[in-house]
Amino acid sequence: MKKSHILVLVVIAAAIAIIVSTAGDASTYVGFEEALAMSTSGNKKEIHVVGELKKDENGHIIGIEEGADKVSFSFIMIDDNGKAQKVFYDEPMPSDFTRSEKVVVIGSYENEDFKASKILLKCPSKYQEQKINV
Amino acid sequence: MHYFIGDLGHLFVITSFITAFVTAFAYFKATNATALDLKEYWLQNGKTGFYVHAASVLGICVTLFVIISKHYFEYHYAYNYSDLKLPTYYLISTFWNGQEGSFILWMFWHAVLGIIVIHTNKFWEAPVMTIFALVQAFLGSMILGVVLPGLDIKIGSSPFILLRDAMQGAPIFAAQPDFVPKDGNGLNPLLQNYWMVIHPPTLFLGFATTLVPFSFCLAGLWLRKYKDWVRPALPWALFSGAILGLGILMGGYWAYETLNFGGYWNWDPVENAVYVPWLILIAAIHTMVTYKNSETALKASVILVIAVFVLILYSTFLTRSGVLGDASVHSFTDLGLSGQLLIYLLFFTFVAIALSIYRWKEIPSAEKEASIYSREFWIFIGAITLCLMGFQVLMPTSIPVWNKIITLFGGTSNLAPPAEQITYYSKFQLWFAVAVGMLSGVGQFFWWIKIDKDRLKKELTAPVLIALVLFAIVITLGQVYTFSYIVLTLAGIFTLVMNAKILFSLLKSSPGLSGGAIAHIGIGMMLIGVMFSAGYSKVVSLNNTGMLISKEFSEDFNRDNLLLFVNEPRTMWGYDIEYLGERLEPRYHSGFIRKSDVSETDDRDRVIAKFDIAVNKTAYKAKDTIDIRGENTFYEIQLRKGNRKYTLFPRAQINPDMGGLLVSPDIYRTVSADLYTHVSSVMKPSEDKDWSELEEIKIKLGQEFFANDYVAILQSVDRVFEVDGVQLSDADVAVKARIRVQGEQGEYFAEPIFLIKDKMVGRIPDEVLDLGIRISLLNIHPETNEFSMGINTRQKDWVVIKAMEKPYINVLWIGTLILMAGFGVAMSRRIREFRKMKEKGLE
Repeated sequence: MKKSHILVLVVIAAAIAIIVSTAGDASTYVGFEEALAMSTSGNKKEIHVVGELKKDENGHIIGIEEGADKVSFSFIMIDDNGKAQKVFYDEPMPSDFTRSEKVVVIGSYENEDFKASKILLKCPSKYQEQKINV
Repeated sequence: MHYFIGDLGHLFVITSFITAFVTAFAYFKATNATALDLKEYWLQNGKTGFYVHAASVLGICVTLFVIISKHYFEYHYAYNYSDLKLPTYYLISTFWNGQEGSFILWMFWHAVLGIIVIHTNKFWEAPVMTIFALVQAFLGSMILGVVLPGLDIKIGSSPFILLRDAMQGAPIFAAQPDFVPKDGNGLNPLLQNYWMVIHPPTLFLGFATTLVPFSFCLAGLWLRKYKDWVRPALPWALFSGAILGLGILMGGYWAYETLNFGGYWNWDPVENAVYVPWLILIAAIHTMVTYKNSETALKASVILVIAVFVLILYSTFLTRSGVLGDASVHSFTDLGLSGQLLIYLLFFTFVAIALSIYRWKEIPSAEKEASIYSREFWIFIGAITLCLMGFQVLMPTSIPVWNKIITLFGGTSNLAPPAEQITYYSKFQLWFAVAVGMLSGVGQFFWWIKIDKDRLKKELTAPVLIALVLFAIVITLGQVYTFSYIVLTLAGIFTLVMNAKILFSLLKSSPGLSGGAIAHIGIGMMLIGVMFSAGYSKVVSLNNTGMLISKEFSEDFNRDNLLLFVNEPRTMWGYDIEYLGERLEPRYHSGFIRKSDVSETDDRDRVIAKFDIAVNKTAYKAKDTIDIRGENTFYEIQLRKGNRKYTLFPRAQINPDMGGLLVSPDIYRTVSADLYTHVSSVMKPSEDKDWSELEEIKIKLGQEFFANDYVAILQSVDRVFEVDGVQLSDADVAVKARIRVQGEQGEYFAEPIFLIKDKMVGRIPDEVLDLGIRISLLNIHPETNEFSMGINTRQKDWVVIKAMEKPYINVLWIGTLILMAGFGVAMSRRIREFRKMKEKGLE
């Protein structure tokens, strides 16, 4: 076998290893119910949950509570399956949080509470923003 | 309403778009023309076309900047990203705050680079500029903002759109079509930072420069000049590597100084999207250099140079199409350009791949296999390592794209990017970094010394021994005990020592060739700096009082944070640390004002000086209105050790719109480590304060008394004729007392007011914030010349901080600078080489 062939094989092997490890270490998008089931069955891996903030009939966001240290907060999120869940976050509210149309929380259950380690926001396209301060 | 300027801007956009096509066509014709006069004719046309194009791009920049700097808030761009209070240099960053602006910035650099190429390289002008102009046409289409009639497809998003067109649903425009807002939305406070003025242009210059080697490469394939494109492309590739690297690091440095995650690199998709092309670019530079020396690795160079540009397009697609929406902390606004961006990406990918496949067989390649003892072999292994390093980051970053593709074919995928991205990427990238360190040591060595087995041993012994000794010292002194970190340190030191040896011998013989050695020394230092500053970053603000800050906080919070009361020193990191109070930042002058010395107004950005204040040579008179940055509060914290004193001003932005508290650190830099400090909990401005019961004392003018254990003195009592917020008639009387309070850190003044209005007694107390005292003038006793003063005290002001030590982070920054210097030396060498060839008439 020529050296270049060995090299090619090594590179291919490395690339496959990378792809396999990517798939293995990847997190998943799930609903709260599945996340809770995973957590109670002992799988503490952090997962992604996609959903929206809870709103009253007038469209006002409800359920946001500030933590005692003023730099943490909790909120109620409804996942894509419609399940509501209180989510705790150990950091201040991210900017544009209340304007977001979609929220992604990354974290895991601690008993009945969902602890987010990171929050991602999907904000409305700026051309959809119709509020203007006169 | 200023319609003209926007129409002018739009005209420039359309002109630039059309001229880009015309230029591409003319240069295409010039490339393929065989008759000399015809070639000359098309060349002239192409050149003229590109000049008109460049002029209109400049026109776009100028008109957009005029709209921003003249505050024409009828335009969406100015309204959305700026306001009246922004100083000029942040108006510049407003320019690229929106996506449209950053496309313009990118086009601007392409235009500049195109003109340089036209003037420096006659031979390659036509084919290279064809590709340049095509790229410009695609970029121009992104800001076109034209709706195709009949099809209802919108192409591009114009920066010159009027606010009323951008917000058609807003009721105000239905009532008042000519409504112009008084002020704009302003720039995100986090972006009001000097790095945000220079980081984007640098990064986009880096993006733009990757087009040059790509164009030369495609031109080489096109003209069948497979070998000749490398020489003119190499200096550009080096320039691009330096600028793109610098741009990335500036972004990291901004994050380190401004955000509070405690580091400079977060492995966020946005960061990864530029990190990967940079790695591949570095690999491409290596194969190109190898080719220049030994005519091997030409095919690899072609693949890599194309891959770099395609990856730049891919990163643009990732970050701007909205595909990362569920995967990145940066919330991207989708301008509806995803289709256009995809076409842009696919077009150049397809053209480049098709052209290389078509010409593949004709590209010369080395017949003989490289020996293990040859430099080519090791450099090639290095380039492969860099590619795999990039591939490892690219795969997980692209997970949202995989999901989209799977969905497109009818499948479902709920794969999400790794949750713990820093841990995840670090655990792989660390070992790639080890390989890069080792290879760049060995590779450089083979490069300069013609070597066989026996010679290898002889030459390697001394540097390896030196490296091992140094390594032992660093490991012991730095107390590095984790296996992976030990290996990384070894790799860093190995490449440092090997390259230092090469550098010394080169400095004697030919210093002009030392670029590579210098750059690799920089890499070695960066590896060591990253290892220490990230691997051994530790929390130093440990709560050593034995008391919880609050039962409501988590265990971690109580352990890792320090509660500081005003003027009560604690010890931390071997320093006495003392909180001195809240500070405000004047908008137009340097320095900080004590919050105690001013009174607030209805406008958050304006305060009124209570007394005469002097800050950094700027003097404010009592009653002066001071413009401040109202969103920022700073917390003055003093560090003392022996005679040395250092003051930190960590910042908090209390911003109800943004939902709370945004904190930024302040960094105390010492030679061996940075002390990275940010506030982690602060007193809420709106919270009701808990005052003690009123203590009443009777004193005479000039008499001293105690307030909250501070010595105070009643300096004067005067009648005043104006009191803020109170209408005084002729029959009313108002008296103001002036009390000086001696704090630990300087004097404070309180000026309570006693007034009789409409025969009713009123009292306006005054508070000394820093000291937690409120003094009121309760009564005046003319018969005894005495005054009754009321004193309330409260818990002193406090702040909770978190501080981290970042050891040897300066090694990283110095390594970065050395790397850039290495790029500079290498580039100037290649430019000299290119000039020589040009003088010989070979280019």
